[in-house]
Amino acid sequence: MPGPSDPAFDTLALHAGAAPDPATGARATPLHLTTSFVFESSEHAASLFNMERAGHVYSRISNPTTAVFEERVAALEGGVGAIATASGQAALHLAIATIAGAGSHIVASTALYGGSHNLLAYTLARFGIETTFVKPRDVDAWRDAIRPNTKLLFGESLGNPGLDVLDIPRVSAIAHDAGVPLLVDATFTTPWLQQPFKLGADLAFHSATKFLSGHGTVIGGVLVDSGAFDWERSGRFPELSAPYAGFHDMVFTEESTVGAFLLRARREGLRDFGACMSPHTAWLILQGLETLPLRMERHVANARKVVQFLAAHPLVAGVGYPELESHPDHALARSLLPRGCGSVFSFDLRGSRRQGVAFIEALQLFSHLANVGDCRSLVIHPASTTHFRMDDAALAAAGIGPGSIRLSIGLEDADDLVADLKSALKAAERAAA
Amino acid sequence: MKLQVQGHAAYAYTGGKAFASDGPCIAFIHGALNDHSVWTLLARWYAHHGARVLAVDLPGHGRSEGPALPSVEALADWLLALLDAAGVARAHLVGHSMGSLVALEAASRAPERAAGLVMIGTAYPMKVSDALLATARDDPARAIAMVNAFSHSTLASKPSYPGPGAWLRGGSSALMHRIQNDADGNLFEHDFRVCDAYAGGIEAARRVTCPAHLIVGTRDTMTPPRAAKELAGVLDATVSRIASGHALMQEAPEAVLNAVREAIPA
Repeated sequence: MPGPSDPAFDTLALHAGAAPDPATGARATPLHLTTSFVFESSEHAASLFNMERAGHVYSRISNPTTAVFEERVAALEGGVGAIATASGQAALHLAIATIAGAGSHIVASTALYGGSHNLLAYTLARFGIETTFVKPRDVDAWRDAIRPNTKLLFGESLGNPGLDVLDIPRVSAIAHDAGVPLLVDATFTTPWLQQPFKLGADLAFHSATKFLSGHGTVIGGVLVDSGAFDWERSGRFPELSAPYAGFHDMVFTEESTVGAFLLRARREGLRDFGACMSPHTAWLILQGLETLPLRMERHVANARKVVQFLAAHPLVAGVGYPELESHPDHALARSLLPRGCGSVFSFDLRGSRRQGVAFIEALQLFSHLANVGDCRSLVIHPASTTHFRMDDAALAAAGIGPGSIRLSIGLEDADDLVADLKSALKAAERAAA
Repeated sequence: MKLQVQGHAAYAYTGGKAFASDGPCIAFIHGALNDHSVWTLLARWYAHHGARVLAVDLPGHGRSEGPALPSVEALADWLLALLDAAGVARAHLVGHSMGSLVALEAASRAPERAAGLVMIGTAYPMKVSDALLATARDDPARAIAMVNAFSHSTLASKPSYPGPGAWLRGGSSALMHRIQNDADGNLFEHDFRVCDAYAGGIEAARRVTCPAHLIVGTRDTMTPPRAAKELAGVLDATVSRIASGHALMQEAPEAVLNAVREAIPA
């Protein structure tokens, strides 16, 4: 029978988590720039600390403005809740630190943002957390890499920068067979292009710096829980299913059947690691979130026009965009990303490194910088910047060539972007002489 | 804590405190396709204010073994047996939705054991439309989506539950899916049929001797306040009206705490 449903995505992008302010009537979400919140009484204070009542104590743990952002992202992702963090890197760290420690093991895709690769390959290894990297398309490799101490499988919805499409249904099935959750970095897709939880992922995070914000103004991250993973049944997560002396001897899975992960992540992770989001940042990202559906539609439309132009240009050796039949994940993208494959992609220039430099330096509208997902179009050379710590073998494993150039297509008029690229490609041609 | 009730393992959340051997006791009974986790704030508050708390998982739900019991009457007998197993002679009975009917029936079957009755998001009769029953039978996921939409009256409940950053509709949906997926058979349809079939509410209310308190949501479309009027009259109950949908403990945790405190002082 037909019946009521929750509001649709575009409505949630504007309204989820926010209501007119009861104190002032303000319709837009107020910015609560305060470190802390006055207790009504000593009894009220104790009840907040004991988790007998819900409320705000200190803005490192929660804040009313930040909570609107968290609840809105959770709504857009179809999750049970979210935690805003200081950056996308902080969100990834929070996800791992909540359920893993020295002696733990992670299986991760090779196609990762360079910062994520650094964290897993070098920094977390220093703290006793080991990672096995597998090619995201090699489904058997995911399964074979799982060990008794594996706590997490991790990949990007669209791998950076080759846009490997993570086969979330298959990889999550492998994870679940082993009693392990799948974490997805959904930064490139945003929930408008793909909701990882509907495909089987258990946890997702974003660098909210990128498309969620859209304006290139602030750094932020957000970690979302689907609430679907049964931490207790898995048997691998005493962090959530056994009493925790660090917080009232709480057994998080008893406390919240579907929110155990977020409880510990907030009550331990934000409390102790402290990588929280500023309410000001949350407020700014909320302004962007309101137009996420409109912006993503335009990002994708512009990207398609630019991809079409580049794919036909004689100086371009190849364009790595999954909507092209030449991309190895073309069929998978049609299935998992029917709305489009985002607006960040790479292409390879024919010719010398000098021609590559000439191309980038000739661009006028595209800004040469280390970011993606801005409303303005951006360009970068990954091998010398975002992925510079990776050796040639690791670069090749991540699908990056020495001449690869990554574009992030913004919201300008697509014809102007094509004209800028055309002019820069001419400059690259001249540089061959 | 785990108990053995009617030959099966049963679970009750004790509010973050060890269950003491004596003292006032409050039993919390959840609604259809839910479990104890809808009560954790209230349960923790009372447990930290001198009460013994038993927030149960009904048979076949969450951590309590099945089978799911076929009627409100059978669930009431099970609840009284659980109190026996916990060594509790007398308790306040606090139920939500289907659980409120279980509390009512238990208070009527053993009036001497009910120190008080609190019915939250309640109605009598608690009829379920044929169309929703059919959807619950044929397409439980769709029925869960419908009930979830029916149960929430807002897109922004503050301070949220169990705390800031929680998206209530997502949490409720995930919980119902978890309970349904872990159950033997179609527990959603089963629970709705249990609510729909309960025919002894008025007679039960006449047998209740303890003070009764109803907490209703003024925006509740599942169990609207008017549907509890007759019951309130027979029980001679005090009634708290709270601006909330059917998911009262989640949408309005502070207001529900204050209302329950009127009925059950710490």
